[in-house]
Amino acid sequence: MTLLKHHLFWPSAALATLVVVNVIANPNFAKITMRDGDLYGNPVTILRESAPLMLVALGMTLVIATRGIDLSVGAVMAVSGAVSLTIIADAPDPGSLGIVVTAIATAVLVALVLGAWNGFLVSVLGIQPIIATLVLMLAGRGVALLITGGAITTVTSAPYKFISNGYLILLPVAFFIWVAVVAVVALIERRTALGMLTEAVGINPEASRLAGVRSRGIIWGAYIASGVLAGVAGIINASNTMAADSNNAGYLIELYAILAVVLGGTSLMGGKFSIAGTVIGVLTVTTLDKTIQFFGVPPAQSPVFFAVVVVIVVLVQSPRVHQWGRSLSRRRSGHGPGDAGGEPAAASATPTRQEVSA
Amino acid sequence: MPCQDDPVDEAQALVQLDGATVRFGAFTALDAVDFRMFPGEVHSLMGENGAGKSTLIKAITGALALDAGVLRIGGVERHFAGPRDAQDAGVSTVYQEVDLLENLSVAENVFLGREPRRLGLIDHGAMRRDAAAVLEGLGLDIDPASMLGRHSLAVQQLVAIARAISTDVRVLVLDEPTSSLDLDEVAELFRVIRELKERGVAILFVSHFLDQVYEMSDRITVLRDGRLVGEYLTTELLRIDLVKKMLGRDVADIAPREHLVEPESAVEPVISARGLTRAPGIRGADVDVAEGEVLGVAGLLGSGRTELARLLTGVDRAQAGIIRIEEREHRLDSPRRAMQLGVVYSSENRRTEGLIGDLSIEDNIVLALQAQQGALKPLSTARRRELAVSWIEALNIKPADPDRPVRTLSGGNQQKVLLARLLALSPRVIVLDEPTRGIDVGAKVEIQRLVGELADNGLSVVFISAELEEVLRVGDRVAILREGEVAETVAAASLNPDTLMALVAQPDLPEA
Repeated sequence: MTLLKHHLFWPSAALATLVVVNVIANPNFAKITMRDGDLYGNPVTILRESAPLMLVALGMTLVIATRGIDLSVGAVMAVSGAVSLTIIADAPDPGSLGIVVTAIATAVLVALVLGAWNGFLVSVLGIQPIIATLVLMLAGRGVALLITGGAITTVTSAPYKFISNGYLILLPVAFFIWVAVVAVVALIERRTALGMLTEAVGINPEASRLAGVRSRGIIWGAYIASGVLAGVAGIINASNTMAADSNNAGYLIELYAILAVVLGGTSLMGGKFSIAGTVIGVLTVTTLDKTIQFFGVPPAQSPVFFAVVVVIVVLVQSPRVHQWGRSLSRRRSGHGPGDAGGEPAAASATPTRQEVSA
Repeated sequence: MPCQDDPVDEAQALVQLDGATVRFGAFTALDAVDFRMFPGEVHSLMGENGAGKSTLIKAITGALALDAGVLRIGGVERHFAGPRDAQDAGVSTVYQEVDLLENLSVAENVFLGREPRRLGLIDHGAMRRDAAAVLEGLGLDIDPASMLGRHSLAVQQLVAIARAISTDVRVLVLDEPTSSLDLDEVAELFRVIRELKERGVAILFVSHFLDQVYEMSDRITVLRDGRLVGEYLTTELLRIDLVKKMLGRDVADIAPREHLVEPESAVEPVISARGLTRAPGIRGADVDVAEGEVLGVAGLLGSGRTELARLLTGVDRAQAGIIRIEEREHRLDSPRRAMQLGVVYSSENRRTEGLIGDLSIEDNIVLALQAQQGALKPLSTARRRELAVSWIEALNIKPADPDRPVRTLSGGNQQKVLLARLLALSPRVIVLDEPTRGIDVGAKVEIQRLVGELADNGLSVVFISAELEEVLRVGDRVAILREGEVAETVAAASLNPDTLMALVAQPDLPEA
């Protein structure tokens, strides 16, 4: 029962179910092979390809926790990719490590400025987050096209390519990048008081202000983090294709990131957030993406398939569906399911009460 | 527990609970309680903080299901799946904290969820007319088309009541309906209650104002620690006995605080404000509070009580005037700045401006201290726990579980958590805005006693309350607020509730 009530139980169950369905359909799905001392196979690909979405969703989690939303992440990815590849393309020696480091640092810095711009609009000017970030969502790709001069910039640079395509001990570099970033963000949020203060601001901004919390700084910081993380995601993405495609880089990723955050159990209402939940949510979304390819769904129909599976996954996680399931299996009268949308104290009491009756 | 000469026939009970039990995990909030209500009667539910009043109300109104026991409405056994079910069965509720939508019109709020329809669409004209009729029935002059958020809390409360009685109501539950109403509005509400009573509605009236309970109710049920103490006819229960039954301890414990013998203005004030102004509420207010002094603030609704508190604590910025803290002038441009200077504020709106509902008791207690230290210098886990546990113990917060979300606590315990958060900062000045509003006699006494202890330890306290007896009991001096100004400051010992009332209400008296 305690396991069932852990906030990560249902997100994990959804991911595990997805993997099991794939393995049953085709045992090769989970097959991992060793080539030249490196691991290959679907699971490894999922870990590698999760990287951009993972970083974006991580930033999105922090923004959502403050009651916000960041729609500009895809555009920031495009800008970051364009900046880094343009610097490399214009350099006399695209393959030199120094140039690649400069390109990455500049791109991340630009992404930071863009995140700070979003944060300024939201926390200082008080513009609604969905509108404030819509500005950059729409304008950002235009900026990226300006930087690349309207073309798709392609480069050849071994160090840059290594970011997304290279291997470190057994596993892809991109995987290590996201693991490291997740660890750093989790440490910052949970080992300092930042996480608690972020949740406080997200749950009740006015009460937090009266308690002396610097809400402005915390909200601003969340958008900056989201911008930087989207910038890094843009670099990984550009490194994957070695091209700065301003129209398609990170296309619709904001929506997949929101989906991953919600699948991971963080509420769009803000407040309590779960980094581990987001990690599971991102792996679920990426696995689903692979499933579609693996099942050979034609590209034209794949969004429909994706949507159907998302609906199922969301239903599996819905507390209300759990209650229906329980009342169906028990057929006990006298225990109303409670009103999940109703009075907070009552809704919160419901799970505990089921423990008593079970 | 039927009374000997009970005039009402058992069989007529409109609401009947037998052996009602509600548990939250290991905690039993309601333990085999019997309860009944009769048509055309006003029934008061009395009890301390955490006695189980709210739980019992929720059981009747469908917000909670019973773990054991039976609920009958009009003799029929009921299992409500939610408040809507209860409403359909004729049980309506007005909760303690107004739960309406400020961004909708008054009419829309009155008919929220059951809007009159024509051809499947909302008939706004009919809705406004019906709402106007309901409001008129209440004798209220409120434009049904106006936004609810534009109205005062008191008017919003009356709209909530209009909403509750606009259905075909047989049982009306009023949970602390008068806590934010002024005297006229209370009289208005009582008139309406009497009218509903005539129509045969059973009314559950929960209030911590004993005067009002004795004025309105026919029958009183007392709960303590989730158990039934007894059901009594109001005419047969002396007040002193009621308080004893609620507290389960002797009333001698709750003697008034000893006032400072000579509240002396010669002593240098810790905080001193001159000419504080912020339109429209406050026009040139002067305030002085000495070390170890409790300054009571008394004034009518709208006299600027809360507005003054917010200016003194940096929540709102003053447009003019100066504030000196320990003889140095400061600009209090944020609550954070005021806190750094040792001036803290406990809002009258605990839920919206005080607590972070989804966070634990521990998080809520350490929040302000952590915010002062900065996000990057966390208090250690051990230190946080130590702080939480010691404050839970010191203020007798129940349940004593630091990990429990604070929104699940009763009003009195939430207030204590808020106080713990502020006191953890070791402030020099604490401004308490209606700290005992909507909480039970027991917790109220505890908080009043705490205020006395804090002052004895050298803290300067500004104590705002709409209850004049309380202001007199707790305060050393009383600042009388009239129309945004401190009209005068008087030693509490020289006043009684009647003379204080006269001072507070002076502008309403004919000019001499």
